[in-house]
Formats: sequence, C-alpha cells, structure tokens
Amino acid sequence: MNSAPLLQVVELSKAFGGVQAVNRISFDLRKGELLGVIGPNGSGKTTTVNLITGFVRATSGKVSYKGQNITNWAPYKIVRLGIARTFQMVKPFYQLPAFKNMIVPLYSPRVKGLAGGKYGDRNAVALDLLEEVGFERDAQVAYKVASVLPQGYLKRLELAKAMALQPELMILDELFSGLSLAEVASIVPIIEKLLLEGKTIIMIEHRLKELFRIAHRVMVLNYGRMIAEGSAKEVMENDEVKKAYLGSEE
Amino acid sequence: MKKRKERIDRGIKVRSGDIFALCSWREMLYLSGPRLLPLVGCALLPLLLGTYWQRVLLSVAVFGLLAISWDILAQSSMVSLGQALFFGMGAYCAGAMNHYWHLPAFVTIPLATIMGGVICTALLLPVLRLRGIYFAMVTLIVPLMLVRIIEASKIFGGTEGLSGLTPLPSQWIELYVSLAALLGALFGFRRVMSSDYGLVLKGINDNDRSVMNAGINIYWFKAQALFLSSAVGAFAGALMTHVYMFVGMPVFALDYSILPIAAAVVGGPGSLAGATLGAFILVPLSEALRALGGLRIVFYGVFLVIFIVALPEGIFHFISRKYHQFERWVEVEK
Repeated sequence: MNSAPLLQVVELSKAFGGVQAVNRISFDLRKGELLGVIGPNGSGKTTTVNLITGFVRATSGKVSYKGQNITNWAPYKIVRLGIARTFQMVKPFYQLPAFKNMIVPLYSPRVKGLAGGKYGDRNAVALDLLEEVGFERDAQVAYKVASVLPQGYLKRLELAKAMALQPELMILDELFSGLSLAEVASIVPIIEKLLLEGKTIIMIEHRLKELFRIAHRVMVLNYGRMIAEGSAKEVMENDEVKKAYLGSEE
Repeated sequence: MKKRKERIDRGIKVRSGDIFALCSWREMLYLSGPRLLPLVGCALLPLLLGTYWQRVLLSVAVFGLLAISWDILAQSSMVSLGQALFFGMGAYCAGAMNHYWHLPAFVTIPLATIMGGVICTALLLPVLRLRGIYFAMVTLIVPLMLVRIIEASKIFGGTEGLSGLTPLPSQWIELYVSLAALLGALFGFRRVMSSDYGLVLKGINDNDRSVMNAGINIYWFKAQALFLSSAVGAFAGALMTHVYMFVGMPVFALDYSILPIAAAVVGGPGSLAGATLGAFILVPLSEALRALGGLRIVFYGVFLVIFIVALPEGIFHFISRKYHQFERWVEVEK
C-alpha cells in the first residue's frame, strides 16, 4: 500500500478542563482498511471519534481527510465529505417505524448529490437498505415502531443509517456492545461485505475476539494516549496493553 | 340474530398499507368526514352567527393561526413564548406600508406576511442555536423590547400608533379571508409536516445530533421553520391591522403570545389540528365568561387546568383516538 492516507490524524488533543481526554494521538488510515480501536473505559476512544467527526472541538492537533484539513469543521460538512458514524448510544426516532427512521439520512444533501440531484423514492430505498442489514422483509420488521424493536435491530438500524449516506469512511462506535453472540455473528458478515465494497472502517470495540477476526490493524488507547498499534497479535503481546487491561503486577 | 362489534377502520387498514382502498360510501365518509367537517363548518358558521359572534369567530381564526404558528415551531424543536413578535411585526409592516405608501390591503397583507417572516427570522437568527427554555426566553423578551423601542423613538406614530388605515371591503371578506387562511394553513402545513421535509424538522426536535450526523445543516432547516411560522403569525397581524384600521403598541401584547400556547396545549400539540381546535374552544369560552366580570380570568384558569389535567394528551388526540376506535354492529356469520 503506497497510496496517500485517506484519513490522517496528527497530534490530536482534547482537554475537558484539567482532564486530558485525548492526548496527542496520531495515526493514518488507508483506503479499504479496517482499524480497530480498543482500550479500557474512559480511555478516549469515543472522544477521538467525536473529534474526527466534528462533534467536539479539538484543543490542538489536525485531522485531514483526502489531504483536506477538516479539523473543527461542523459535523454536517464532514458527513458531506463521506465520513459517516454510528453512535454508541443508539439514537433512533422512537415513535417512528424503523424504515421512516431512514428518511432523515436519505434526505442528506450528500445522497442527493451522489444520485445526481434526485432523491428517488426514499421509502423504497430505506426498505432495501434495511433488508441488507437483516431486517427480514417477510417478517415486516422494518414497519415496526422503533420503540418496540430489540437492541439488536436498533444497532442494525444505526448501521443502516450510516450506510444510507454512502460513505467512504465509516466509524462504528461500539456497534457490538449489548448484543448477543448470535447477533454479533450476524452483523460481522455485513461489515465484511462493506470492506469488500471498498469502504474504510474504524471500529471501536470492547468485544475483542470478534474485532480481531476482521480488523487489519488495532490501536490501543489508555488515558487518552495511544499505547500500542499494530496487528491484533502484536498488540496483545505488548506489556503496556496487558497492564492497562489487567492492571499492573506490582 | 347474533351480533358483534366491529371496528370501522379495520377493513380499510387491512386492505391497504399506504393506499386507501375504499369499498363503500361509508368508508369514504369515514375518511373524508373529519376533513370535510372543518371546511363545511367554516363555510356555514358565519352565516348562522350574529354580528357579535362573527367578530368572535374572526378572533378564533386569528388565534388559530397563531396557535398553528406556535405548533410548527414547537414541532421543529423551538419552543416560543413570543408569537406576539410575529403578529406585531406583520401588523406594523402592513400598517406602515398602508399609512406611508398608501398601498391597498390586498397588497400590504401578502407583502407584510413575507416581510414579517423575513424580519422575524433575521431577528431570531443569532439565537437559533439556543434550545428549550433559553430560546423561549429570547422570544419572550424581543417583542417587549420592540414596544419600548417604538415608545422611545416615536417611530410609526410612537405611543399613538398609526390610525385611519384602509379597511377591508366588507366584514364578510374579513371573516372568510381569515377562515380560509386558517384552513389553508391547517391543511397545508399538516401536509408539509407529514412529508419527508417535515420528518427532518421533527427529527431535529427528537434528536438533533442524529440529524446533524446525516449531513444536514440543522440551523438552515430551523431557519426555514422559523420563517414559515413567523409568516403565518405575520399574516394574522397584517389582517387584523386592516380590520381594526389601526396599528399600535398593543399588537406586541402578551395575549398574542400566551393564548396561542394555551390553545395548542389544550387542543393537543404536534398535530396543528389540535392547535386549531384549541382556538375554537378557548376564544369563545373566554367571550362567554365575559358576563362574570372580574372573576372571568379565575373561571378561565380553572377550565384550562381541568382540560389539561383531564386530557393531558390534548382534546384533538383524544377525539382522534376515539374516532379510530368507532365500532358498528354486524351480524355474526354462522
């Protein structure tokens, strides 16, 4: 791989008052790569995502996407470039049916732009996308109100909402948390398919086993710092990582 | 012969997902009835009422428009305490154009609707980022500030206001224009709010980060909703200016802010129809209680509390639920 990085993060930092939530993190991401981000609770994983996607303003550092400096841009502008994210806490519109939840992302100017100025029938597109992430069409799950759907479907809905934006870079924030083994096993192929389609993905995960099966590269954060980076095996043999996860031996 | 009860709407809903497959006159009436009722009612009511109650009906239409204007904003995540700002801005725009430029009413009213919408949106643009009570506070204060500015700078006639404005050709025109506007706003904006565009506006209310995350500039959409809402309020103000043939500081009074909210809350927010229904209940109620003199506001307040406690979802949502649960007797097949 010798192409220029898709996403480049340089010395990115964020301090909330005296707490250094993210401390000078730097990494590159190439097209088609799946980067796993792991670390104990409060290690700055979600804050890093929020910094990249513009939901939180960086104290210092730089984020560039396709060579363009996007540090501290408004979130909607970043999405229009092709970076879509999911939220750790799912945020559907609870009183709407699942497929109506897809209307808002399908209303995005990015979707309109990619389709050449036309939106088409959003309901039909929504149903197709939901079927792709496992809303069985025959069971009419997509027509059910979001508030009655189990967590597994809400996470899939969240994934489908990101897919609706036809992004090049997807950032999945703890997509597997709160799901059963079977549910995770049914989502993994969807992610593998996205990779085959050429999408670049950042996954924040606590479910290490499932993540290591699909991640090309893993980055470990602790107290806002990057303490290790490399293949899953390399990372897990790193002493500092063991210490962060298991506590020090002294 | 044995009989059982059957819901009227079931058959319609079973036969169709989104498309209504209507099989009988009764089914057509079932669906069109609630829509025809306000149309027919507003067409006939003025003919049946005396002059005094015709004035009340005009007032109902004006407060109904303001309540719809409030509801549009509330559904788009902006809780306003300042419908008087929209009303007053429209009133002053129409009044000034008529007084200084001698433009006729059929020109000033549409112009004032648009101008009022643009000016109010521009005034509130800087605070569009505020949410909930913070936005509400600003909308409450702005009309009060404008009153003082007019008083201190003596513009537009200062405390005296502008009087001797051109009236509308006849009382019937006043009444029917206001009722037509009310129904137009009710059905038009109900359609807008249930479209995909309206879904985005409601999405901002539900969860603005999720909408932002779709690459949608929520402040641009909020500004559009603000324009729609303030244009509706400005229309009501412009119309009343020509009805009263006068515009002055009372157009920014608190009544125009509070009563529409009461109407929307009593009627049931989130449907626009509720807001309209609320105006049809509260305004005549307030008039009927006039005989009680000083105690009027006490009884009015008690009625408000009873409505809100007994039907917190709003009268419209209650009626609409009951309507969909209508049953009829049918023979049991053996």
